[in-house]
Amino acid sequence: MIKNILNLGDAALYCDFGKEVNRKTNTQVIRYFKSIQKENIASINNLSPSYNKLIISFDLKKTNFKDLKKLIENLNITNEDDLENKKIEIPVCCDENFALDIVRLENKLNLKREKIYENFFNKEFFCYMTGFIAGMPFLGDLSENMRAKRLETPRVKVPKGSVALTEQFANIYTFESPGGWNVIGNSPLKIFDSSKEVSPNLINPGDIVLFKEISKNQYESYSE
Amino acid sequence: MKVTVSKNYFQVIRAGINTTFQDEGRKNLYHVGIPFSGAMDKRNYLLSNKLVGNKINSPALEFAYQGPLLKYFGNKINIAITGDINFKIKKKDITIDGNCYQSLNLENGDELDILSTNKSVYGYLAIGGQIDLKYQWSSCSTNTKAMIGANDGKKLENEQVINISKLNNQLMERKLNYINTKIENIRIIKGTNFDYFSDKGKKTFLEKEFIVSKLTDRMGMRLEGPKIENIIDTNIKSEGLIKGVIQVPADGNPIVMLSDHGTIGGYPKIGVVISADYEKLVQLSPGSKIKFKQVDLSSAENLFKLYDLETQNLISQIE
Repeated sequence: MIKNILNLGDAALYCDFGKEVNRKTNTQVIRYFKSIQKENIASINNLSPSYNKLIISFDLKKTNFKDLKKLIENLNITNEDDLENKKIEIPVCCDENFALDIVRLENKLNLKREKIYENFFNKEFFCYMTGFIAGMPFLGDLSENMRAKRLETPRVKVPKGSVALTEQFANIYTFESPGGWNVIGNSPLKIFDSSKEVSPNLINPGDIVLFKEISKNQYESYSE
Repeated sequence: MKVTVSKNYFQVIRAGINTTFQDEGRKNLYHVGIPFSGAMDKRNYLLSNKLVGNKINSPALEFAYQGPLLKYFGNKINIAITGDINFKIKKKDITIDGNCYQSLNLENGDELDILSTNKSVYGYLAIGGQIDLKYQWSSCSTNTKAMIGANDGKKLENEQVINISKLNNQLMERKLNYINTKIENIRIIKGTNFDYFSDKGKKTFLEKEFIVSKLTDRMGMRLEGPKIENIIDTNIKSEGLIKGVIQVPADGNPIVMLSDHGTIGGYPKIGVVISADYEKLVQLSPGSKIKFKQVDLSSAENLFKLYDLETQNLISQIE
C-alpha cells in the first residue's frame, strides 16, 4: 500500500511505498502502476514505477496535485495475485574482451571468477524497474557475497549489451552510455527495440530473468 | 543510401550545433525509459507554428546557439523564426536581416542563415507546410540518446535534405510584438530530499548565486557555485525523475534535469523548478547567473495559470 503521497514539484505525485527494497514492496508498486495505467486517466502524462516509489506526473493544465491525489487514493487497486511473471532467458558471453571489470570484482569480492559466474548464472532475477536509458532493466537480487560498489570513476562509454553488477542488482546496457556498474559480460540480444511501439522492452517490471552463459562462437552467430 | 528529394526541399549547408526536429514530445513512456523530449521552450515553439499558419503542435526545427544554414528549392514557402535570434536571408542580389516573430516567404534559391541565439540557448524555425518526418509514439521529437524520432533519431547533419511534402496554401506574412524576458531568479518547490542537506546547505542553495556551466544540453544543466552540504546520504534508492528536478550528487554541485533526462536517478532531490519558470530556465546560456527562490505549491500553481494564460494570449494575437 501507498504509505504517503507528496508533491514532487507542481506537476507530479510522489507515492512512497516504504523504505525497504524487496520484491513484496516492488510488487505493490507494479500493481498500482498497472492499475493506474488501465484507468487511462487523461490528465496523467507519465508513470515511473521504481523499487519502492511511484511517481505520477500530470498535465497541470488539466488537473492539480490535490485533485489527482484524491483520485489516486480512491482508486480500486487489484490486489489479487494477478501479476504475470514472464520468464526470459538472456544469453551472456563472458569473454575477457567483454568482462571489463571481472578482475576488479575478483579483488573486491574476494572470489575467483569461476565462483562469481557460478553465483550469477542460472539463478532467477526479478525485474524491479526499467529505465535510466530506454529499456535498461534493474534486476535483483544478488546474494550478499556478490555485492560491490560502483566504479570510483564511472566509464564515459559502457559498450552496448554490457551486463553489469552493482550492490544487489544486475542490469543490461541497452545503448552505449556512460555508467559506473561492474561489467562482467555482454549479451547479443536486443533488449530494447524502438521499432516496436507496443512493447519495445524485452524485459518489463515483474518479469523473471535467467542469465545463460554462451561461448564467443555462439555470441557471434547471434549477431549475424 | 539513396536520398529521395521532393519537389520542395531545403538543402542543409551547415547543420548548426544541435539542430533537431521537435514537437510537443511523447507521453506515458517513462516506465520504459523514454523521456518526454519535445521543444525545450514550448512557448516559442508554439508561436513559430502559429506564425506560419501551421497546426500549433506541428514539428519545427529547434536549434541551439548556432543554427543551420539552409538553401531552399521549390515553390514559394512561408517560414518564421522565434526566440532571440540573429539571422539573414540571402536572396539573389540582396541580403536581408531577419526579424523574429515575423513570418516571411522564401523563394527558389534563397538561403536562410541562422547565425546565433542572442544571450539565450534555443530558437525555433517553423516551416509553413508539412515536413516529411517519421513519427514514433505519436511524436517526431528527436531523442538522440535513444535514437528515436525524426531524422533516424539523429541531429541535423551537413549535406542532408529536409523534404516538404505539402506547402500551406496561404502565404500571409504575420507578425507578433513580443520580446523574450530574461530572469535570473528561478522559482522552485522544495524537493523530496530537501532535509538531506544541512541548514547551511539549504541556505547555500536558496541564497547563493550559481553559474550555468558548459556541461549543459537537452538532458540536463550542470551548475557551478558554492558546494551544497549533504548530512544524510549522497545516494538514494534509484527512483523516477521528471524535468525540472534538481539533484545534488556527492560533489555538491546541483544538476537540473531537462527534457531529454534519464528517467531514473539516484541522487537526492533538493528542489524542483516550477512549471511556470522551466522555459526561462532552459534559455539560460552557460556563464549565466542563477538564483533559486522557494515558493509553495499553491503559488506555483497560480504562477503556472498566469504563464499559460499569457502564452494563450500571445497565440491569439497572431491572426
